[in-house]
Amino acid sequence: MTESLLRIDGLGVDFHTDDGVVHAVTDVSLAVEAGEIVAIVGESGSGKTVTAMSVLRLLPKAAEVSADAIAFRGTDLRTLSGAELRKIRGGPVGMIFQDPMTALNPVMTIGAQVAEAVVLHQVRPDKKAAWQRAIELLRLVGVPDPGERVKQYPHEFSGGMRQRAMIAMAIANDPDLIIADEPTTALDVTIQAQVLALLKKAQAETGAATILITHDLGIVAELADRVVVMYAGRVVESAGVTELFATPRHPYTKGLLASLPRMDVDVDQLDPIPGNPPNMADPPAGCAFHPRCPLARDRCRTDRPPLLAIGAGRTSACHFNEELA
Amino acid sequence: MGAFLVRRLSINVLVFFLITIAIFALVHKTPGDPIAMQIPADQLNSGSAEFIAQKRAELGLDGSLVTQYWHWLTNALHGDLGYSLLNGRPVTEVLGERVGPTVELMGVGLLVSLLIAFPLGILAARRRNSWLDYGATVVSLGSVSVPVFFVALIVIYVFTLKFQWFPSSGISDPTNPSLLNTLHHLVLPALILGFGNSGPFMRYVRSSMITELGADYVRTANAKGAPPRRVVLRHAFRNSLIPVLTVIASNLPQLLAGAVVIEQVFAWPGMGQLAVSSVNQHDYSVIVGFALLIAILVLLSNLLADVLYTVVDPRVRLR
Repeated sequence: MTESLLRIDGLGVDFHTDDGVVHAVTDVSLAVEAGEIVAIVGESGSGKTVTAMSVLRLLPKAAEVSADAIAFRGTDLRTLSGAELRKIRGGPVGMIFQDPMTALNPVMTIGAQVAEAVVLHQVRPDKKAAWQRAIELLRLVGVPDPGERVKQYPHEFSGGMRQRAMIAMAIANDPDLIIADEPTTALDVTIQAQVLALLKKAQAETGAATILITHDLGIVAELADRVVVMYAGRVVESAGVTELFATPRHPYTKGLLASLPRMDVDVDQLDPIPGNPPNMADPPAGCAFHPRCPLARDRCRTDRPPLLAIGAGRTSACHFNEELA
Repeated sequence: MGAFLVRRLSINVLVFFLITIAIFALVHKTPGDPIAMQIPADQLNSGSAEFIAQKRAELGLDGSLVTQYWHWLTNALHGDLGYSLLNGRPVTEVLGERVGPTVELMGVGLLVSLLIAFPLGILAARRRNSWLDYGATVVSLGSVSVPVFFVALIVIYVFTLKFQWFPSSGISDPTNPSLLNTLHHLVLPALILGFGNSGPFMRYVRSSMITELGADYVRTANAKGAPPRRVVLRHAFRNSLIPVLTVIASNLPQLLAGAVVIEQVFAWPGMGQLAVSSVNQHDYSVIVGFALLIAILVLLSNLLADVLYTVVDPRVRLR
């Protein structure tokens, strides 16, 4: 078997808080192959962002990360020295963050920030060339009049333009993997479509694999090849995007799909998942989803269902996944 | 940026006039005849009653309060603050020769306090809850809570009496007033003044740096592969300066207050020493001039902070 581009095995992330230990992520494994787009879907607090941040070791110091492997092109990122890790960060792995307002430095020009991404990975740092490259990158991501706007500050950019600048930084060094954490969540709906189209284009041009973190199943359907659904810090289902939308094999996934508004079927009202996401400081025993699950039986309250292979490239963590088939 | 500074400047001018009214009220309420403050003492003593009356009319002291204020203000703005009650010299002249030494002491003292506060504050923020952080906290608490004169006495005992490394009195040796000699005299007072003011600065640098180091853009910089040094100094530090500048500017009066004490202890011929001796000797005209000078100094330092904002924070330039 050839090595995956990125392989995460048995990832766990704990936070020690005043209310006790929070297991933000437990036993998450996933693989990303070259060129594919993998979406990680889940509600707030499901651990999807924490999972993505742990790849480049970007979690705060308070986070306690354990894993059997976090390997990028076969190199275990956990054991790299700071200098070696920095060659990966922003080089072969680019990151896009959720809120482009706060994710950009307010007192540095856009150009300086994009050029910085270039300079940091030049063998022989050349600021002039990096500045030219920054202009070129901004043009590539559709910032109009990049020669002028490169001198502006983030507050002079609109939300959509800022996110374009973020994307420019992420693709500055022709990455093999882009990790996009809710790249459109903070944007207006009309802008979301443009930024999505740009992400698609960037992905097509660089051929980079992408981890797309989102709670928006519309975006998943449009972009993703494969989907990993997370709930309460664990993977509850994973499948190819077509199979997942056609035949979800976990009641949570099914609930997510049912709560989507649809244009093609005439329904009077939306069908949301009842209840709230679990309190991660004190998650339910057994299957964490059981308090909200329509299929829940006695067994679900005590036995946590393991994540099992249920067919080619599919996994599900539900005692009754057969019933959903 | 222009509009921002013009607005700040006009606010400062307004405040300045309010302060002059307050100071004028002080002048008006001082014991004795106000004429005594506004003409040289020898003229006052030798002059006839007519001469005094004529002077009184010239100075507007026989008019209403408003005319009196106006006269006083226009004179003050022309640099005429009256005469010292003590030796009859013009107040502007008396104050003028004291400004230099105080500015020198305050400037170097400020530099010292920043040189202590910035590295220590940044290190403490980066290694939060480490021994270094606790150590820095103790140092800053010490600098705030131990009175300057006490530190000064200890330092004089150790470095002047015991080791005889530094002089403890005066601004320079009258027989050898070279630059090196002046600096030699400056070491102890500036270090003590700087140390005394470094505490609050350090705490603010630390807390501001902690806020900025947790910001999203710092994570972005890390994700780009920036080394820690660059993340701290290029990204977080400049953002952390914005609140710190306010604190430094608003602490300048305190720095001056510290300088007053230091000048007493080290026989430093500055404004502070003059102010204290003027108060002791009831030299009201000098006290009033001193008050006006302090007001101008404080306003100027606030204005300086505003100008520095526009340099540090591009968002201020547009507003």
